[in-house]
Amino acid sequence: MTSPAPDLGVRKEFSEKVKRLAWILLIVGVLLYGAGYLIDAKRSAFNNAIGFLFLASVASGSIFLVALEYLAGAVWSVPMRRVNEFLGGLVAVVPFLAIPLLYHLHDLFHWSHVEASAGDTLLTGKAPYLNVNFFIIRFVAVFLLWNLFYFLFTRNSTKQDSTRDPRLTTINARLGAAFMPVFAITVTLTAVDWAMSLEPHWYSTILGVYYFSGTVLAALAAATYTVIKFHENGYLPNLRRDHFYSLGALMFAFINFWAYIAFSQFLLIWYANLPEETFWFMKRWKDGWEYVSILLIVVHFVVPYFALLTQDSKMDLKRLKLMAIWILFAHLLDMYWLVMPTYGNGIPFGWMEIGFPILLVGLVLVVLSYKVKHNNLVPVGDPKLERGLSFRL
Amino acid sequence: MNEQHLFSITALFDTPDEIIHAAEEADKAGYTRFDVNTPYPVHGMDRAMRLKPSRLGVFALVFGLLGAFGGVAFMTWVTLVDYPLVIGGKPFWSWPAFVPIAFEVTVILASVLTVITMIVLYLKFPNNAHPLHDTLYMKRVSSDKFGITIQADDPKFDEREVRAFLGKMGGKDIAPIYFDVEELNHRQKLFNPKFFSVLAATAFVVSATTYVVFNKVLYMEPFSWMSTQEKLKAQRPSELFKDGIGMRPPVEGTVARGFLPYAFKGKPDEAGKDLVNPLLPTKEVLERGKSQYLTYCSPCHGNFARGDSRLQGQFPNPPTLHSDKVRNWPDGNIYHVLTEGQNIMPSYTSQISREDRWAIVHYIRVLQRAHNAKESDLK
Repeated sequence: MTSPAPDLGVRKEFSEKVKRLAWILLIVGVLLYGAGYLIDAKRSAFNNAIGFLFLASVASGSIFLVALEYLAGAVWSVPMRRVNEFLGGLVAVVPFLAIPLLYHLHDLFHWSHVEASAGDTLLTGKAPYLNVNFFIIRFVAVFLLWNLFYFLFTRNSTKQDSTRDPRLTTINARLGAAFMPVFAITVTLTAVDWAMSLEPHWYSTILGVYYFSGTVLAALAAATYTVIKFHENGYLPNLRRDHFYSLGALMFAFINFWAYIAFSQFLLIWYANLPEETFWFMKRWKDGWEYVSILLIVVHFVVPYFALLTQDSKMDLKRLKLMAIWILFAHLLDMYWLVMPTYGNGIPFGWMEIGFPILLVGLVLVVLSYKVKHNNLVPVGDPKLERGLSFRL
Repeated sequence: MNEQHLFSITALFDTPDEIIHAAEEADKAGYTRFDVNTPYPVHGMDRAMRLKPSRLGVFALVFGLLGAFGGVAFMTWVTLVDYPLVIGGKPFWSWPAFVPIAFEVTVILASVLTVITMIVLYLKFPNNAHPLHDTLYMKRVSSDKFGITIQADDPKFDEREVRAFLGKMGGKDIAPIYFDVEELNHRQKLFNPKFFSVLAATAFVVSATTYVVFNKVLYMEPFSWMSTQEKLKAQRPSELFKDGIGMRPPVEGTVARGFLPYAFKGKPDEAGKDLVNPLLPTKEVLERGKSQYLTYCSPCHGNFARGDSRLQGQFPNPPTLHSDKVRNWPDGNIYHVLTEGQNIMPSYTSQISREDRWAIVHYIRVLQRAHNAKESDLK
């Protein structure tokens, strides 16, 4: 049985190089962000929505993974839980990404034009839900809830580092149980508000689950990449092949889950063949978007499926790292595919579309470097840590 | 003759780490004929024992592909060749609908056939005798222990050395396993009549019991899906009514909604006086009247209403409609004849609707005018 290394879980600092890179990316991203809004506010707003949905995925998905670990009493993931907690810390930052959007609601959302929806039976019917005030209330409520649960989970987890009180694990397990329905509703609201209401006439009851599948996948990929990077740089030295294999297997499972849900959504709409539902897919199957749709299937399902199919590939750190980055890119493409057809004008791709991901990467790195500096990298007080470290498949 | 031979020496370990270590050591020590038994699959064991990857995966792939392509091929045949049905206005060959079924067939064929392959090829069905069966060692490793067994047919095998080797690694309960040649070589006959008669009897008893219990003794209808309803169906007898007939005629004097009965029964003169043709002689009305006239009136009265049809001489001759009497009748009188009939002519209410009867009246007026055209009509 491996005994924890003496320096296990000590706060570390990123190397100067990484920190400098983080700030450069963040500043370049912010500059591009600002420039984009000055030049073409509408297009920037759509890009902003993509970036917002993407990062909200990573942040809320990470909290979900933390809650799931506590709720299921999982042992294997305990040594890596802090990485999920760090990434979950993004929930405090993500709402700021949405603030510019709140000033450009009219560019994004057709329903926000009261005069346009006045003569529209469908939009008049949906007006009690789709109106600016209620929209902002939901947005604030969703992020308050996420931040509240993030705060409670991490406060108990951090307190345990010094008190080593096993009761805190029980409390967090109960919190996890409370978080599950909250997460189910809030993630659905996020998908409905920011993705579905872009086409206010369209509806798909499965879109919340669709966004959820991508959310968990993105959070897993972000965690996998970070864990492996930490491991390679000696921040998490005690992890073994079995841990990485489990991460890879979970990613593989959610790749399939995403494909399953995505196809279910398509199949139901194709079967029912109702014009108010099918136009959404028609839009994504003409004017060049059909190539983006096919690309999405290949990038989001076919490639990662075969890349992570074999047992060996899930234990190969290089492959896992590549696939984690690949899946994050696939999730970004997924969000692009969800949002951009509403913007119209063909398939917009230029420096504005690249500027946002740069900002996101910089933001994640800055948040991570802050978290790593102020928190233990391993929950040293967790009663399951010892078993988690000696985890065997 | 029962002859006891040494099969192997076994040892038990407590943790998966120890058994993986033991397998690696046995491999390093040069043993080739050894095996490991664990209560659950221990990942990394193949690597520790340096086993070649199992060929079962290839079988699974083949069966899975067979399922996928077989499923799609079957549905293609059904929807294109055997029974093409238009479903929701979609093309016959609608691939999205095939995906879930192809997926299920793939999974079911791959799993079931792979298991059968494993039983036949690797477990050598129907012979299932193995020296390790029914030993204390097997009981322990299928509960909570991890066991290694080094076989006596290993070229390096030496009982004392093996015992020392296993003891050195911390193995507990080191014990020999013996086997009986006769028992091992005893091959079960695949078609053992006793076995098959018991199998058939079991199948019969189980299905008969199930049938009787669920269809007779405990019969309940969870959902009738409205297939039985407390109502009378058309053409069915009824116990409620004295005459035993389920279908009831309407009460006398019943008037259909939006439909008044004909008010001039037996009163042709009043009909002629009070009834007015509600239709205007438009082109459509005349076309309609013509087609109805040619269908119902012309067989007797002739295509031009001259009373000169093929029936001439076989029946009481149908009259011409160009007589002064008919020409001077008001529209209502002609309508009345169509409605009630006259002499041998029957009523046409059941064949020709009210509107069409009025249209016919218009058409008869056209024929009469054509027959007695005035000079001014030619201008």
